[in-house]
Order: sequence, then structure tokens, then C-alpha cells
Amino acid sequence: MSVPMENPISFTNVGRSKWWHRGIFASQTGYVLLALVVLMIVMRFASPYFFTEGNMQNVAKNFSFIAIATLGITFVIITGGIDLSVGSMMCFSAMITSMVMVELSAPGSYFVHMAADGKTVVANVPGLILLISVLAGLFTAFIVGIFNGFCIAVLGLSPFVTTLGMLSIVRGLAYVVSNGRGSFPGGPDADLFYALTSGDVYGVPAPFIYLVILAVVMAVVLHHTSFGRHVFALGGNEKAAELTGIPVVRVKIQVYVICALAAGLQGIIISGWLGSAPANMATSYELNVIAAAVIGGANLAGGLGGPLGAIVGCVLLEVIRNGLVLAQVNSYWQQTLVGVIIILAVLVDRIRSRMT
Amino acid sequence: MTTSSTSQPVLELTGIGKEFGAIRALHGVNMHVHPGEVVGLMGDNGAGKSTLVKIIAGNFRPTHGEIRFDGHPVHFSRPVDARAVGIEVVYQDLALADNLSAAANVFLGRELKRKFGPIALLDHKAMASRALELFGELRSETRPHDLVKQMSGGQRQAVAIARTRLSNAKLVMMDEPTAAISVRQVEQVLSLIHRLKEQGVAVMLISHRMPDVFAVCDRVIVMRRGEKRADKPIHDTSPEEVTALITGAKEAA
Repeated sequence: MSVPMENPISFTNVGRSKWWHRGIFASQTGYVLLALVVLMIVMRFASPYFFTEGNMQNVAKNFSFIAIATLGITFVIITGGIDLSVGSMMCFSAMITSMVMVELSAPGSYFVHMAADGKTVVANVPGLILLISVLAGLFTAFIVGIFNGFCIAVLGLSPFVTTLGMLSIVRGLAYVVSNGRGSFPGGPDADLFYALTSGDVYGVPAPFIYLVILAVVMAVVLHHTSFGRHVFALGGNEKAAELTGIPVVRVKIQVYVICALAAGLQGIIISGWLGSAPANMATSYELNVIAAAVIGGANLAGGLGGPLGAIVGCVLLEVIRNGLVLAQVNSYWQQTLVGVIIILAVLVDRIRSRMT
Repeated sequence: MTTSSTSQPVLELTGIGKEFGAIRALHGVNMHVHPGEVVGLMGDNGAGKSTLVKIIAGNFRPTHGEIRFDGHPVHFSRPVDARAVGIEVVYQDLALADNLSAAANVFLGRELKRKFGPIALLDHKAMASRALELFGELRSETRPHDLVKQMSGGQRQAVAIARTRLSNAKLVMMDEPTAAISVRQVEQVLSLIHRLKEQGVAVMLISHRMPDVFAVCDRVIVMRRGEKRADKPIHDTSPEEVTALITGAKEAA
């Protein structure tokens, strides 16, 4: 029953805020991006090596190694949750992937039939082993994500405690399945695996390409689908989300699954670069990932965050690390500086929101 | 309102009772609300107002009695059922997501989408223009793209009420809408209630604030100790009488 408007309202006393007071320019992401640009300019003058092609490739590769997981955890952080199990998840997924890869390639293993030429059947289809093993790794992540989501959304456990437990469970499982030794990608598809994970296309590192694609997809999902809208609503006011009929339980499970899948994919990519999936791989990476998300403007209280922020946070961390090395500063300072940046980023945003 | 006695009531309660174990929270409540009528529901804490509202909104099922909506008997087991027939509640804390825009809040949970092949993307433009239209109907200076975080109490009310307009609710129950806002904004909220009334929506106003009830309501219902003690047109009663009924100084009227 929409009544025609006889006199549409006009906003005489409320002006539109200036463009630099809106959107990204007024967000923590914007300030941190600015800081990043300044830092890069400083680095340009501090070290002649910083802007060389090799170093840029290096930086791009290195931050891509945590950025995909950061995209994933940003979903969880926007809903006001946290996932501490991403580091362990990276390791476990990578390990399952390379174990399946080796298992499917090995003549005489339980799971594969031999073809006439003495190779396994799956090995005769190029890339099939790789596909199956990556899917196996991601499926493991999927299961862990479902479990996290179920405990948090259905059983109502706290996200911190659930995922802290999961951090330990998954890391433990990684030690169990590999007997503490870790695993190594192998078989006929190993070279393809290395090419896809640590190779590059026209000088652009492959992980960086995946990152850009995933970030664009994430931006569309967050801002242009109802799922994304519900993710933000959940972080803004969970009770309101429930009262307006948003399927809160489903959305929560979905974000934990997305986070686990992103971490799993990240782990698989890292293992390609390392050439192995050791059992202590990515230990305490969850802290880097959360730090990057928070520096980039995701709010741990929920309701704020996005792919650009996640990437900016990762780049900033990497540029600082890289810069300290180039400037020949004792690398032990790195961690201290990262901590300072976390607090500064949040502090600047705090001061800004007090002023307006 | 002279029309209220002639038209069919939108909501009709007969002999509604509710027991929680040994506690009798409501007993034999009969009432009816007509389209375009504003009914004030008053009573002290524990008088049974909120139990009654929760029964109508589908949060509780009544132990006794019958609810008729639009002439048909209805049974709600969840709030969604009540919303489906056209009963909306504006909660005291408004149930808004602060970090989203006004338009996003109005359409929360029922976003408008456009199909691009297999993918359904949000139709931001359509939602913003529909929200602007709704704010226009409510005469509220609220811009669809502004974040709720930055809004005044009156504007927030407008957003919460616009949400009920979206679904073309026939009955809107407002729980203490004027409890925590400034005097100027109370004016705005009361005029929002007038807008709803003009459009033929029945409004139940649950409030402690006597002046507000007397400013907008056509009729006032007073609850005490789980029973309806009075149900009078507003011009046949006075704040003094209502106060006496609420406190129990006067038993019934």
C-alpha cells in the first residue's frame, strides 16, 4: 500500500557529507592504506633495492601467503567471531593434500588400480591426482569449518574457546597422520603442483593472482549479495538479525566454513612453496592473520571489515618486515614493530571517531 | 474514531489466559483493535502487558482463549507466523544493525535482488528508492544511505517503523517507543504513529508515558494483575483515572 507522495521530503537542514568524509576515506582501511603508501615512499629513498622487480615479486609472494587466509577470517571477524584454528588448519590441509597426492601416485597403494602401463589409473589422466588431492585437503578444511560452526552457532559455545580447542585438535591430528614427520608432495603431478603454487605468470606470482581473484569475489559477495548483508547485520546486532528473520545459525556456520576453506587453500599454497608440509608448518600464523585483518580495519567487535582492508593489512606487515631486512635492522625487532602497528592502527581510528 | 465501531476488527482476543506453571500471568482477556485505531496498552510492571504482547506477536502460545486476526482464528507458534499474517512489532531497542545503512535495515532479511544468470545480487537502487518513499510517507528526514549509527533516536524509530510498512502490516505493536528519546523526538515518533493511523494501520502502543498515550491514542486499555481492568475511549477518561486504575486505587472502569 504505497501512498503516492504529495510532497516528497527534502533535506533542507541536513547536507550530504563531503566525499572525503565518507566511505573508504573515513575508514581505518583508508588511513592504513595512506600509511602504507607513505611507508613505501620512505622505503624508496631508504633502500635502492626496495622497488626492484625482484623485491616487489618477493613482497607480493610473501604477503599472498597469509592474505588468502586473512580474507577468510575477515568474514568471521565481521560477524563478531574469531577463528584461532587457521594456522593449524593450513598445516593439516596441506598435509592431507600432499599425502593423498603421494598415495594416489604410488604403485601398490590400497586406493588405486593399476593400469596396463604400470602406472596407477588416476596417474594416466594429467592433473587428476592434483585435483583429487587438493579437493581432499579442502574437504578436510570443510569438515573442520562445519564442526567449528556447529559448536558455535548451534551449541552456543564461545568462538574463542571452540577454535582454541580446534587449534589444538587439528594440530594434533596433523602430527598423528604424519607421525610427526610431515609430508611431501610427490608423484607425477608434483611439478604441476609446484608450478601452480609457487610459479608465476609473466612475472606475477601465482598466489598473488589467486588472491586478487578471491578478493574481488569476496567484495562482490560482501556488498552485493544478501549473504554478505546478513554477515554484516550479524556483526552489527545479532539480536536484530534474528528478529528480522535472518537465518543466523546458517550464516554463522557458513562463515566458519569459508574461513576454514580459505585457511586450507592457503596452507596448500604454502606447502607448494616450501616443497613440503612439515607438522609444525604455519604454527602461530593465526596471530599474523588476525593481526593483518585488524590492522586493515576489521573490528573484532564485529560489523566492520572487507577484502581491501585484509590485503592492506597483509601488505603493511610484509613491507615492514621487508623494509627492516633491507634497512639491515636486527630482524628481532620485527615482532615488536608489528605489535606497535596493531595498536597504532586501532588507536588512530579511535581518535578519529572521537573527533567527529 | 466513528469508523472503528462499524468496521471489522483486525485483531480480536477472546478469553485469553496464560499460565506459567503455578503463576497465572493473564486471565480472561477480551479485546479488539480496529483498522486505523491507536490503542494504548497501559499497566504497571508485571501487569501482564508484555505477556499479552508476546502472545499476539507469536512468542508465546496462550493457555486459554482464541485469537482472531482479520476475522480468522490464528495460531502462532513462532514470531515469523505472526509476521506472515501482518503483525509487526517495533521493539524497544528497535532491533537495528548500527553498522548498516537505513535502507539496508529496512530491507534486512527481505532484500530486493536482481538475477544475473544464476547469481542474485542486491538491487541497491530499488531498495534505496523504496526506503526513501517509505520515509517520505512517514515524513521523516532520513536518508536511505546514512548509517543508522549516525542517526537520532527519532530517525531510528522511523527506520524501525518503515520496516513494518514494507510488509504492509495491518497491526503494529510498539513497545515503549518513547521511553529513551528526547522531547523533540517524542513529537516525531507520535507523528509517525499518526501517519500509520492515516494509512489504516492499527497500532498498539505499549507505554508508561501518560502524556504520549493521551496525545495519540483513540482508546486506552489498562491491565492490572493479569486482567483487563478498563477499556475506554480516550475522551471518556482522564490521566487521573488511568493512574488510579494502574495502581489499583480504582478497581475497574
